[in-house]
Amino acid sequence: MEVSGASLVGLLLIIWLGVNLIKAPTQFAQVSVLGLRNGLLYALIALGYTLVYGIIELINFAHGDLFMLGALFSSYFITIWFHQKESNLAGWITFGFALIGSMLFCGTINVLIERFAYRRLRRAPKLAPLITAVGMSFLLQFIGIKWNGSTPRQWPTVIPHGDFVVAGVIISQVTLILILVAAPLLSVLTYVVNKTKRGKAMRATAQDQDAARLMGINVNKTISFTFAIGGALAGAAGLLYQQSVGTTNYNLGFQLGLIAFTSAVLGGIGNLNGAVLGALLIGVVQGLNDGLPIALGQRWSQTVVFTILILILVIKPAGLLGKVTTEKV
Amino acid sequence: MSALLEVRNLKVGYGKIIAVKDVSITVNQGEIVTLIGSNGAGKSTTLRTISGLLKPKSGEIFFEGNRIDGKEGHDVVKLGICQSPEGRRIFPRMTVSENLDLGAFLRNDKDGVEADRERVLELFPRLRERINQRAGTMSGGEQQMLAVSRALMGAPKLLMLDEPSMGLAPVLVDMIFETITKIRDQGITILLIEQNAAAALDVADRAYVLESGTVKISGKASDLAKDDAVTKAYLGG
Repeated sequence: MEVSGASLVGLLLIIWLGVNLIKAPTQFAQVSVLGLRNGLLYALIALGYTLVYGIIELINFAHGDLFMLGALFSSYFITIWFHQKESNLAGWITFGFALIGSMLFCGTINVLIERFAYRRLRRAPKLAPLITAVGMSFLLQFIGIKWNGSTPRQWPTVIPHGDFVVAGVIISQVTLILILVAAPLLSVLTYVVNKTKRGKAMRATAQDQDAARLMGINVNKTISFTFAIGGALAGAAGLLYQQSVGTTNYNLGFQLGLIAFTSAVLGGIGNLNGAVLGALLIGVVQGLNDGLPIALGQRWSQTVVFTILILILVIKPAGLLGKVTTEKV
Repeated sequence: MSALLEVRNLKVGYGKIIAVKDVSITVNQGEIVTLIGSNGAGKSTTLRTISGLLKPKSGEIFFEGNRIDGKEGHDVVKLGICQSPEGRRIFPRMTVSENLDLGAFLRNDKDGVEADRERVLELFPRLRERINQRAGTMSGGEQQMLAVSRALMGAPKLLMLDEPSMGLAPVLVDMIFETITKIRDQGITILLIEQNAAAALDVADRAYVLESGTVKISGKASDLAKDDAVTKAYLGG
């Protein structure tokens, strides 16, 4: 039954995509590119959720709000502290420093949150840290309201907003910049987790904290490091969002955070590649749904995303790349 | 003989429950010392406290003459105390090879690590066959071999083994105890916890019998094996 259900859904999806592809191939490519661009942004945030979940099995609800603070930090850094309003050399240099600044800023906040709120609750029942994370989310939103104001705020951007046209498909410079920043960050992260000693310590801590201690791994330091990386990625995402969209609001973290968290679950929470895959998939599905001639349209965007999430989880409960591990005792 | 490890009047508890009331033990350089006793006697808690995973309520632990109680787990490993914990606690989603690498996490002597890796694979040839297999998919006996090997990869001065024979087939139990003797012959001091008291007393030099968190009897292992009280309580005599 399940298998036939899955194949039916798959078949309908292929028919829908096929009809659209034949009817409007250029538009199809166009919305896919847009979708991938959003997906990359989601991926940067989703990784923060999945890293933290992977290591201490906590859904860090405050993570989306951290991203929001990153966006606000970047706005202030570029526009108010360094007075950059145009895309020129000074603007680019400021953009570069804002990237480093926002990553440091969000990384530090994330480490402090873990140090003072979550660490004390590490051996408490699971609900305690979860509720603390929800509380932390409100706390950060409150800081956001104080900092940003309670209404959306427009900012000048220092990255160019021109376009390239490749075979009829418009690719904005913003998209390229997003790829140029996000892709190296993702590769560095993969390298750190899979190839370095720190990464090995992270993976060991994720599987068994006491056993990791017996190997001589400093578990507290390893968890702090994980929060630092997750926070830094959220900081980078904050800058990229703020510069590509040009608007900030205090509740930004809730909207994008929810989508990013969904991406992490879709890909298999705790799995880094899964988070990226889930994020790109959701980005593209949103893009296709919002922009294709035969589709439900933007108003149904969230509905479509979550319907797909539910369908995939029904068929594969651990997520796309998540593994249900069977361990012998 | 000089004491490598000395535990004095150790008291450890989880919240209000006191698991170890008053334990004093000494392990000398080059010895195999065993702690025997029934379930809940406080054997594993003692080991976990020596390893720095638990903080004692009172008492002192000395290693090579320096006080180590209260140190963090990762700092205790640095001193040369490695443990193969109760329930094996190998990293199930990593390969055998990665588990061994983690055992040597703190070491920077590449050649030494490589030599030790060869050495443990000589001790447990089965692990060589499984070197790229995920550890969680191996049998209980193989996981036990891995847990012991992983502890050896830390180049310990003191190797602490918590129930290495638990849940193993009799053939494997013999093999594990034979290996323990071999490890000692290579110059590593061993503190062994066992429920299989007969086998433990057979390989050990000295033994302590723990009962509800206190040392009940201690002495030469060969003497304890003949002791009436010990035989009745732990050797099924």
